[in-house]
Amino acid sequence: MNGEPAVDGTNIPRATPLVVALRLALRNLVRDLKSGELAVMLLALLLAVASLTAVGFFTSRVNRAVAQQAGGVLAADLRLESARPIADGYVREAERRGLATARLASMPSVVYYGEESTLVALRAASEGYPLRGELRVADRPFGTPRPTRAIPARGEAWADSRLLARLGAALPARIRVGAHELVVTQVLDYRPDQGMGFSDLSTTLLINLADMEATELIQPGSRVRRAELFAGDPAQVAEFGAYLLANKKLGERLETLADASPQIRDSSERSSRFLSLASLVSVLLSAVAVAMAARRYSARHLDQTALMKCMGATQGFVLTQTVAQLVAVAIAVALVGTMLGFAAQAVLSYLLRDLVSGELPAPASDALWLGLVTAIVILVGFALPPLLQLKRVPPARVLRRNLEPPPLRYVFVYGLAIASVLALLLWLLRDAKLVLYVGAGIAVTFIVLALAGAALVRLLAPLRGGVGVAWRYGLANIARRGRDSVVQIIAFGLGLMVLLLLALVRDDLLEEWRASLPVDAPNYFMINIRPDEGEALRAFFADRGLPPTELVPMVRARLAAINGVPSDQVTLPTEDAREWLEREANLTWTATLREDNRLIAGEWWREGDGGGPRVSVEREFAKSLGLKIGDRLTYDAAGEPVEARIASLREVRWDSFQPNFFVVFSPGVLDAITGTLITSVHVQASQRPALVELVRRFPEVTIIDIDALLSQVREVMDKAALAVQYVFLFTLLAGLTVLVASVQATRDERRYESAILRTLGASRRIVFQGIAAEFMALGALAGLLAAAGATVAGYFLAREVFELTYTPGTLIWLTGVAGGAVLVGVAGVLAARSVVTHPPVATLRV
Amino acid sequence: MLAAERLGKQVSSPEGTLAILADVTLEVRRGESVAVVGASGAGKSTLLALLAGLDEPTSGRVWLAGRELTALDEDGRAALRARHVGFVFQSFHLVPALTALENVMLPLELAGRTDARRTALEVLDRVGLAERVGHYPRQLSGGEQQRVAIARAFVAGPDVLFADEPTGNLDAGTGGRIMDLLFGLNAGAGTTLILVTHDRSIAARCGRLVRLDAGRMVNGHA
Repeated sequence: MNGEPAVDGTNIPRATPLVVALRLALRNLVRDLKSGELAVMLLALLLAVASLTAVGFFTSRVNRAVAQQAGGVLAADLRLESARPIADGYVREAERRGLATARLASMPSVVYYGEESTLVALRAASEGYPLRGELRVADRPFGTPRPTRAIPARGEAWADSRLLARLGAALPARIRVGAHELVVTQVLDYRPDQGMGFSDLSTTLLINLADMEATELIQPGSRVRRAELFAGDPAQVAEFGAYLLANKKLGERLETLADASPQIRDSSERSSRFLSLASLVSVLLSAVAVAMAARRYSARHLDQTALMKCMGATQGFVLTQTVAQLVAVAIAVALVGTMLGFAAQAVLSYLLRDLVSGELPAPASDALWLGLVTAIVILVGFALPPLLQLKRVPPARVLRRNLEPPPLRYVFVYGLAIASVLALLLWLLRDAKLVLYVGAGIAVTFIVLALAGAALVRLLAPLRGGVGVAWRYGLANIARRGRDSVVQIIAFGLGLMVLLLLALVRDDLLEEWRASLPVDAPNYFMINIRPDEGEALRAFFADRGLPPTELVPMVRARLAAINGVPSDQVTLPTEDAREWLEREANLTWTATLREDNRLIAGEWWREGDGGGPRVSVEREFAKSLGLKIGDRLTYDAAGEPVEARIASLREVRWDSFQPNFFVVFSPGVLDAITGTLITSVHVQASQRPALVELVRRFPEVTIIDIDALLSQVREVMDKAALAVQYVFLFTLLAGLTVLVASVQATRDERRYESAILRTLGASRRIVFQGIAAEFMALGALAGLLAAAGATVAGYFLAREVFELTYTPGTLIWLTGVAGGAVLVGVAGVLAARSVVTHPPVATLRV
Repeated sequence: MLAAERLGKQVSSPEGTLAILADVTLEVRRGESVAVVGASGAGKSTLLALLAGLDEPTSGRVWLAGRELTALDEDGRAALRARHVGFVFQSFHLVPALTALENVMLPLELAGRTDARRTALEVLDRVGLAERVGHYPRQLSGGEQQRVAIARAFVAGPDVLFADEPTGNLDAGTGGRIMDLLFGLNAGAGTTLILVTHDRSIAARCGRLVRLDAGRMVNGHA
């Protein structure tokens, strides 16, 4: 056994102890697999691996797409962006240095196709675009794309598939943008600078830059974003980049490749992390099932191990066997689970196909390791501790069966489990601080659930009397198997809770929010109205019976300094806030505080109070920039500096759908600056034809259908929720696995009970009813916990996030309790049916 | 072959410390057959466990095949058992998931012997189970299971055989045949036999009798 030569002197060749241990381990593993001993453990592990790899493969594909497109994400090597017209000097200098140039203009607008209209991101490009990467077009919506080096000719447009679908248009399609008519001749499938966002509300229309003027959409104060693109060899690009940095004006933003991709990558990484965390819940539940199955396996192999020790197996031998079996299981599960995960990932990609633009490449090879890492971590953390007991079983157990291995220290068992969970979190999140937060969150959640579960189980104890024999037997079992019952309730309740939250509570909250809006709340925004057309527009409204509307002035400006410190030198509370300084702001002025605004600090101005130029700032905006009453803000509006003192802070009710602003000036300060007017209005269905006429009369006005916008938002939310629900389906399955593991762990006990009951005269029907009662009650309790948890979460979400009063409906309780009872009832009965069918005499025979 | 000096075993219980065995001294020569008898709870199985190195005494020393068992750790005792000891148990202790042949092969496989299969077949033939080598324990009668267990005990050619109530779960007729087999194989192999039994007729077949009463040896003579 320890490598010494055969004592019988026959010089019979021997294998080394390691080889013997491995051979025996493999044989035992195959036997155990055939006998179904390991079925639950394997199923739980497979679920964990499949769940995590499904998400892992999907996020790897998304991240890879982001990385692949990084090279073309600017459509150039250098990109200079501004909200103002960019001077020609840069282009001349670039051409002098031998760089290629191209120009872009983009703005939100509306496309009209007959009576249909939809919001678009209008993009106008000059010849040469894109300087890096290439466009892809197709001949019909969602058709096979092909690359092209051309751009739309004058009078033509290229629309993306979703735009055509929304308008119900087929190619060629005659559309109108502003005052100009164009023909859509191709489907735009892909632009290199389209970004890899998870949501993109508006669709894209690409036109020739030369057509932009004809649309009449660009006017002083319009919200146009301009870009100059430059490309060349690396040395030219580096030198010209330095030139631009030194010479660009304030408000002009230079992007290089090093700047562009991280932002997009950040956003997709955040979403990836969220999905990974969602799948982690099912991994944790699977780990619990693995622990239960491993405990049972260990208990059932104590006798055999004691016997082998009797015959000379050392502790090291037993340990080698155990570890070898775990490694074999890990490898097998990793292979099969990863394949299942890959198949599952395809479903996820399909569900989210509309949110992720472009085709996803194959996943990176490191996603393949995720399965093996998951399997090993779970086995080490949750299966190894109980299996290590085998090593310590006293060999004297062969003579005295009551001899048990010394109990494992709790610190060791739970410590290893917690360490393995943290290791997995670290692998997924790659951020130690976030891991600690999430780990703490998980711990708190489980403790709260455990307490709630225990309370529910205790509630049952008094119910045992006064019901029929079968029910009493079933309910008594729940109370008797206290800890196991709590584990089952939590395991199943958790998955059900999240599904209820995502499916029912979400709808309830949305309905609640919708109901909180006044009936005649505005359903259309109108922007880009010329100041000199304001009166004509009012008259138009009056003539057609549309409600009188408030035309709100708007001026585009950039925050140039805070308290005299130039904005590029000012210190901010967080660097994220710098975005507020770099982009153009929408400013307005008014004498009176709007109804949907509430003053929370400072004083509102009164006409003639002699207070000088003042602004009122929205609360969150002030917080982001660290502003307070008395601070001075200097804006650069069309080259004119405008300074004002912060006189008050406001809270804005943004969902009133009235025009609202972060920064409001006192009257008289911005009069000299050219801007536009905006308004919002409630238009009844019967009055909609008037809007078509409005667009013809006032072609530069952009009309945004808020209802359509909201349903687009809802569509995006629905899709995202669906994806998360899909991931939590794994959680539900993992919960069921815990149930099966628990049933298996108590199978011998249940068989014995059943045998005694039947020997004493109970029919198989009675025994069956008892089992059904037990599991249905367990399921109902789990459903109760789930409904309670979802309701509480819904209440806090409503109050803290959406500022609504949430009234939970009865549907969530009914669905939770009934759904839990049915699911767990059916699963439990199926898992325990052998208890009823097993002949009592076979159990009772000694 | 086997010696014990002032062997004692105490265990903790709710009532305090319990002396299962106290002050047992004996010596067994190679080839001897010794029956350990006594009332239920006298400490017979405990003595067996200590002599076989399955358990550690609270006091005293044990020697097996010239090595001091009590000076070795658990792995050391396991190694010694692998080389010198065979067991037959009252409840057979066959591995349910293994066939008769595989059960008998087990000690040889554990020792890394490459002739395990051939040797096991030979021994199964000697115990009259050549036709049942591929059967699982649940497919065998009690007597057949014990014969498999005996084959397993002898297959590695042990120097000492420990038997704990080998006929305890068998009817009288079967038990008699099993004991014939056991003694026959024992005599043929020249193995030292330590046998725990209630049965006087079985005890009488042994060369020597050790009687235990409340954990103490009453006599150590035939």
